[in-house]
Amino acid sequence: MAGKPKLHYTKGRGKMESIRWLLAAAGVEFEEEFIETKEDLEKLRNDGFLLFQQVPMVEIDGMRMVQTRAIQSYIAAKYNLYGKDLKERAWIDMYVEGTTDLMGMIKHLPFEPPDTKEKNLALIIERATTRYFPVYEKALKDHGQDYLVGNKFSWADIHLLEAILTTEECKPDVLSAFPLLQAFKERISNIPTIKKFLQPGSQRKPPTDEKSVAAVRKIFSI
Amino acid sequence: MSGKPRLTYLNGRGRMEPIRWLLAAAGVEFEEVYLETKEQYDKLIKDGFLLFQQVPLVEIDGMKMVQTRAILSYIAGKYNLYGKDLKERALIDMYVEGIADLMQMILMFPFSPPDAKEKNIDSIKERATNRYFPVFEKVLKQHGQDFLVGNKFSWADVQLMEAILAVEEKVPAVLAGFPQLQVFKTKMSNMPTIKKFLQPGSPRKPPPDAHYVETVLKVFKK
Repeated sequence: MAGKPKLHYTKGRGKMESIRWLLAAAGVEFEEEFIETKEDLEKLRNDGFLLFQQVPMVEIDGMRMVQTRAIQSYIAAKYNLYGKDLKERAWIDMYVEGTTDLMGMIKHLPFEPPDTKEKNLALIIERATTRYFPVYEKALKDHGQDYLVGNKFSWADIHLLEAILTTEECKPDVLSAFPLLQAFKERISNIPTIKKFLQPGSQRKPPTDEKSVAAVRKIFSI
Repeated sequence: MSGKPRLTYLNGRGRMEPIRWLLAAAGVEFEEVYLETKEQYDKLIKDGFLLFQQVPLVEIDGMKMVQTRAILSYIAGKYNLYGKDLKERALIDMYVEGIADLMQMILMFPFSPPDAKEKNIDSIKERATNRYFPVFEKVLKQHGQDFLVGNKFSWADVQLMEAILAVEEKVPAVLAGFPQLQVFKTKMSNMPTIKKFLQPGSPRKPPPDAHYVETVLKVFKK
């Protein structure tokens, strides 16, 4: 199975969005096959294409990869976005796990009932500004470099930018107390591959709306 | 910080147990610090030891590592339990991520309300027997080797062994339909480092009880 990676998911962000970001940032063109109905998902399952019956699934280098982290780790390593040694990889992993936890909270929000949504939104902002963003602000401050790890662009930078933009969609001024993250955001957004991904017409997906939520509920029976 | 890795967590399985398993399987001796009070935990946070204010914390090779997956990946990489190349690593990652999803159900189980417990055991049994164990049964059957990936002992084997034993504690006959996994379990049990870990007096922690749940709620109370 040579050629471009092929992504199988719904047309929304969900768990596939971080993978789209990573491929795009690495300058890798990819194809997408969208799951639009329950039947589409069942077919993938019945054909034995989904190791644990779940998506995301990415066809890449002769493999049908599943599990979001496994897929991202593979892409990061393949395209030299995973540090130069075990210790740099450890730092990248720690940073990515943090932004994963933050974005996980945000991803869940559209699926919550109205009465808990407001409370959880407040928790997201609290976590972002007191638990997560301070860590990355400090990392950048301590070494004074452009990138989070090893003075080199890595998966951690891409993931942090995605987390920043996603959190800003919840609260536009959330970076107000983080000058270095503001500069980071500008800098990383201007990297050519990322700049391209941030433009209209790219494969970046819009924020999840009610229509997407309904579609997801139907396809996955949740 | 030379010497043995030092683990900081509660005196129970939780999110630290897979790390104990992996270090033990790799033949690495380690020390443990147990959190028993909120004050101890607050002090760790105040002293800046916890990158995202969370445990597990593993002090290893001069780093204060947090985030379970980052820690496990580092240990696996360091002790040659992560395959020989990127593709083997991809398989190991996919397998451990699937197993982690199953283990998450077991992790959350003690914290579910009493009236939901029976339903949750049924869910664990269903997922183990229909989604996860069949995958590994098939993998072992297809290549006929002793280990899941690359004919060599890896993190994936350790994780699967831990999961089998954990599910069996809830569903004793769960391996009834999985002859390959039964053989796998016996083989793993007899590997010297694992055999040692399975003996009384090892760092392996017992199943969570009411006291453990109480301690968790107390230490992590907001």
